[in-house]
Parts: sequence; C-alpha cells; structure tokens
Amino acid sequence: MSVMVILLLPLVATALVCLPFKRHWAAGVTVVSCLTILLLAARVAWLVSAGNSVTAALKAGMLKWIAVDGLSALILLLIALVGITAAIFSMGYMAHKNLEPRKLLLYYANYNLFIFSMLAIPVLAEPTLVWIVVELTTLCSALLVAFENTREALEAAWKYVVLSLMGAAMALFGFLVLFAAMQAAGGGTYTWEGLIAAAPLMPPVLLQTAFLMILIGLGTKAGLVPMHTWLPDAHSQAPSPVCALLSGVETTAILYVILRLFPVMKAAPNSHAEVWALVLGLVSVGVAAFLLLQVRDYKRMFAFSTVEHMGIILAAVGLGASAAGYGAMQQIVSHSITKSFCFFAAGAALLAVETREIAAVRGLIRKSPVVGAALIFGGLGITGAPPLAVFLSEFSILKAGLNQRHYLATGLLAIFLVIAFFGVMMHINRMVFGAEEDAATTNEHSSEEKEQKLPFSCRLTLLLAAVPVLVLGFYIPKPLHELLTQAAAALTK
Amino acid sequence: MSETTNQLLDNLNALAAGLFLLTAFGIVAMRQVRGCLNLFIVQSLLLAASAALLGLRHQSAHLYGVALVNVISKPFIVPWLLRKTSPEEIYTRREIDQALNIPTSLLMALALAILAYFLGMPLLNAVGPDFRGPNVPIGIAGLLLGAFTLTVRREAVPLLIGLLVMENGAFLTGISISRNLPFLVELAIATDGLIIVFIMGVLTRAVQKHIGTTAVGTLASLKEVAVEPTTKGVTK
Repeated sequence: MSVMVILLLPLVATALVCLPFKRHWAAGVTVVSCLTILLLAARVAWLVSAGNSVTAALKAGMLKWIAVDGLSALILLLIALVGITAAIFSMGYMAHKNLEPRKLLLYYANYNLFIFSMLAIPVLAEPTLVWIVVELTTLCSALLVAFENTREALEAAWKYVVLSLMGAAMALFGFLVLFAAMQAAGGGTYTWEGLIAAAPLMPPVLLQTAFLMILIGLGTKAGLVPMHTWLPDAHSQAPSPVCALLSGVETTAILYVILRLFPVMKAAPNSHAEVWALVLGLVSVGVAAFLLLQVRDYKRMFAFSTVEHMGIILAAVGLGASAAGYGAMQQIVSHSITKSFCFFAAGAALLAVETREIAAVRGLIRKSPVVGAALIFGGLGITGAPPLAVFLSEFSILKAGLNQRHYLATGLLAIFLVIAFFGVMMHINRMVFGAEEDAATTNEHSSEEKEQKLPFSCRLTLLLAAVPVLVLGFYIPKPLHELLTQAAAALTK
Repeated sequence: MSETTNQLLDNLNALAAGLFLLTAFGIVAMRQVRGCLNLFIVQSLLLAASAALLGLRHQSAHLYGVALVNVISKPFIVPWLLRKTSPEEIYTRREIDQALNIPTSLLMALALAILAYFLGMPLLNAVGPDFRGPNVPIGIAGLLLGAFTLTVRREAVPLLIGLLVMENGAFLTGISISRNLPFLVELAIATDGLIIVFIMGVLTRAVQKHIGTTAVGTLASLKEVAVEPTTKGVTK
C-alpha cells in the first residue's frame, strides 16, 4: 500500500503547489511531501530487507506491474533521501534568487513531477512502462535544467533533451525487440521476473540486439562514455538542488534499468553482458578521470565525476562476482549521498562567490569557512578518501576484483581512481586554500563584495547530507547491509 | 481469411512500409520546415496504415487501436501543440546551412538504409515466419535516418521531427514483431510523443526569446577548453 502512496504523493504535491497561497507555500508542501516519501520509502526498504513482500496486496488486485525487491527498494530509498535534502536546499537557494512567484511555482511543480517520474522507475516492473517513466524523467527535468534561462542553460537543456530522447528511441526499439524475444520463447508476463524466466529459450540474436540497443540508449542518459557529451552541460547549468537530483539519483535510476537486464542475460546461454559492462565502465572511468584534470568550471567537475562513478558501478557489475555486485550496490549508495552533497556544496559556493569558474575562486576558506569546508569535505568524499563512504565502497570493489583475478581491469580502475582524486583535489585545493593574489586579475567579485550569509536551509542541508557520507564510511547498519545483499543478489539471480 | 486476401494485405503493407522509407528520405532532404512537418504527418499516417493492415491480416483489434491513436495524435495534435508552444515564424524558415549538402546527405541516407537491411535480416530470421515482412528492416532504417536527421539539421523543428521519426521507426518494427503489447502501453507511448512535442516547443520558444535564434544546432558555448570569460556573458 505504501508503494502506491509513495507514487501518489508527488502528484498530489504538484497539484497543491499550484494553489495560489503565500510565498513559502510551494516550498513547504514540497518539503512535507518529500519527507513523507522518505519515511514511507524507509519503511518499504525495512520491510523488504526483513524479507517481507510489500506488493502482495497489490498483486492480488489488478496491479501486476508493480514489484519491489531489494534492488528496487534501495533505489527508491536513495531517490527519497536526495529528494528531501534537495527540497530543503531549494528553500534557501531559490529564496536567495528573488524570483517572481509564478516562476517559483513552476520550479516546485516541475520538481515534484520530476521526483514522481524517478520514484516510478524502480517500482514499475513492466519494461515498456519503465521506458515511459524514464522518458518522463527527461521531459520533467528539461525545464528544470533550462530554469535559469541563460544562453548556456538553454543550450544545455536542448542538448540534454535531444540526446536523451535519441537514446530513448533506441531503447524503445530494444524493449520492443525484447518483447518479441519473449514471445518467441513462449510468452509469459512481460516483467523483469518474467524475462528472467523466459531468457533461456529466447533466440540469442534477439536478446543480444535488445540488450545492446538498451545499453546504448539508456547508457546515453546514464552518461556513459562516449554518449556522455550532454551530461556535464546539463548537470552544471541546472540550479544546484536540481543538479544534486540529476547527478545523485537520476543517473543511478537509469543505470538501475540497465542493471535489470543483467540477470536476464545471465540466464541466457552464451551472453557476454559482463564483458560489455566491464569495457564500457572502464572506458567511462578512464575518459572522465582525464577530463577531470582540465575542467574550468567546478560544477562541471562534479558532473564529470558522475560520469566516472557511473563507470565504476558498471565496471564493478562487469567484474561479475557477487562480492563485486555488493560493492557496486555500495557504490550506488555512496555515490548518491556524496554526489548530492557535492552539488549542495557547489551551490553554496555559487551563492557565495557568484561564479562557476575555478580560476576565479581563491581562498574560499577565509571568505566563507562553511562553504570552503563543505567543498573540501565533498571533494575528499567523492574521490574516495578514507574514512568516507566512497572509500569503503571503492575498496570493496577493488578487493572483489583482485579476488576474481581481474588484475588488469582492477589495476586500471585503481589508476583511474587515483588520477581522478588528483584532478578533483587539485582544483578544490586551489579554490579553497589558494592565495587570493593569484587570481587578482580574473576575480572581480570577491574583493569588495560584502560577505553574504548562506541561507539557513542551505547550512542545514549541508549538515544533514554530510551525516550519511561520514557514517557509512565507518559502519553499515544491519538492515542496510541486508538490503545491499539482496540488491546484489538481484543482479545475479 | 483466404490466402489471396492475406497476400493482398501483405503487399499493401509492404507498399505502406516502402512509402514510409521514402518519407524518411524526404525528411532528410527537405529544407523547408513546413515541408518537413507535412512529410512527418504523411509518415505517421503510413505507420497507421501499416498497423491497420497488419491488424486486418492477423485479426488483432489491438493493432487497430494503435492505428487509431496514430491517426488522431500525429496529424492533428502534434501540429496544434507546436503552434501553441513555439513561435509561428518558425514554419516559414528555410534552412540554408546544413552540415552536409543534400546530395551527400541522401547518399549517406541510402547507405544507412542498406545497413538497416543487413541489421534487420538476422532479427527477421529469429522472430519466426509469422512475423515476416518489410517492417523490421524499414523500421530500423527509420531509426537510423531519424538519428541522421538529428546530426545534420540545425533548426529546432526539423530536429524535433528527427526524434519523432526515430520513434516512428521503432514503432513500425514494434507493430510487426511485438504486436501483443498491452494497449495501455501503446497509449502511454503515444502520449509520450505528445509530451516530447510540448516540452521541445516550450524550449524552442525560450531559446528564441532569450537567444534570438531557433537554429539550436549552432549553439556551442559549453565546452571544456578555451572558454573565454568574456563569452560566458549572461543574456538577460
């Protein structure tokens, strides 16, 4: 039941947001709705991790297209978590911009719709319906990317929509072929479960074609190299809370759909899904690591780091062992929480210095200690410095890789991770601790401008979002461990 | 149904699919924006015709539904939505600078169509005799030609049409090989096409309002290297 409520709440919130009340109404409704969603998602995750079914009542009724297993519950929980932190961050961030009420309303209406479309991805089990909600995530977020209406934002939004939809058309072809493959194998219900059951009898050429089309098509939207070109644009031009959603959970949710195909491919004889995943993943990590060295815009830097992390997750799945699968799931969690924190920090930096250029920001720690500390924390967190969450997950992936005797792949992965670490920390170090004289020529903003106070809700978000990054670096709670194990099992089933 | 009728329906379906391919070529080559839109409408009607013929051939009420949805949404709602959302003068545009000139684009398109045939054959052999027909290779050709349109065009509306052609292509294959998809799904996919048109129309209007052009293919200020601080100015 709570699954249905989770899906309905953002739609109700969208309708409520449109009511013409006072200025804080829209933000308040969004925060309350997101908080409720988080509580419900946590309950669903708790029940699933304890081995209960949350959709039995629904299945008995009409809705056989809704199914929640460990993997779904994990993604659902992450979307809900980033949804609430980004909503709280939006309050201060948007208020700071002094927008007209209509524009603000548009933002929150779109925000709730976007949350809805993402929440529907893990919950739905019918592949073509999942395709439709994936398409909806693009369409709901397009106007959010273009929100600032600058030349760059519009260009980014346009590229985002065109490339994502192009990928989606290929994925649609893939899903239709997959359906045909299932019919050729004797039919059954077209759900993720049904596919796994039918996979051994499917004509291999159909299954392979479908897999590749979906991998390329949705890989475009997940930001895998070489289809990643739109990602740094869109993920840097959107308002920061939206960036946190796009980078933190949207890419993950899309990757989830690709991951759903792996058990299907494994059930079929002679498929090479792992090889594809490993190669595509390593290429993504490698290219992103080198691109990270030469970025000039700190939001783009975090966006490239998203490409890198999508690559890490895919490569980890490609390593193939259940330990690597566990590592991949852990990486999904740590990436979502850390990347959303990074974009909150970047948003706070943008409020403080009003420029996105790395070269124009120096000595941030003296100007705004909170923002400087947050950027350092985010940078260390996302590049996998101990003792933070990403370190633990990357470590378990590398360990699993060595245990599997994938020495070359693991070695390359480790090298790329080190390069990415240096790339990110080099830029952040200069921004936070660099001497201000260095940048005196390019920096018109910082010298005379009066100290701007960071809105309270932004500070609160930074604090809240930092907690899981820190805690998961030390200790994984038992229910979460159980959930991760189940999610990893869903990959190999 | 008798053997001759089936034969006739198959032939008619092949004709519709062949004309579908021709319209895809036309969209690659057509410079007038309005002409592109008209060709797209013709293509959608051909898709609907193919669905209806296959429906008749295989006694599938479900495919009639697909045909009906296409007949209603593409020729009427898509142009209406475009007119509602994006500026009117966009239709009268004529693209002068394409990335490739027309003969070259057509040659490339031809190569893609041949490629589609070779890609489609193994699929066709795998799906079984009941599903044979020209829809699979021509659908793949539609997918590829739509993607090709996206790469060579600059104006907003032809780009949008390129996307819709890709979707039409995927659908043309879909109606022949996976014809028992739940109707709800088909309906949702059709609605989705309309949302695409709406959002892209809104974006086009915003681009024209804030940048003053609809040649979105020429926008290229977001790059990794050589971003001058002066060119990063904000247009307000």
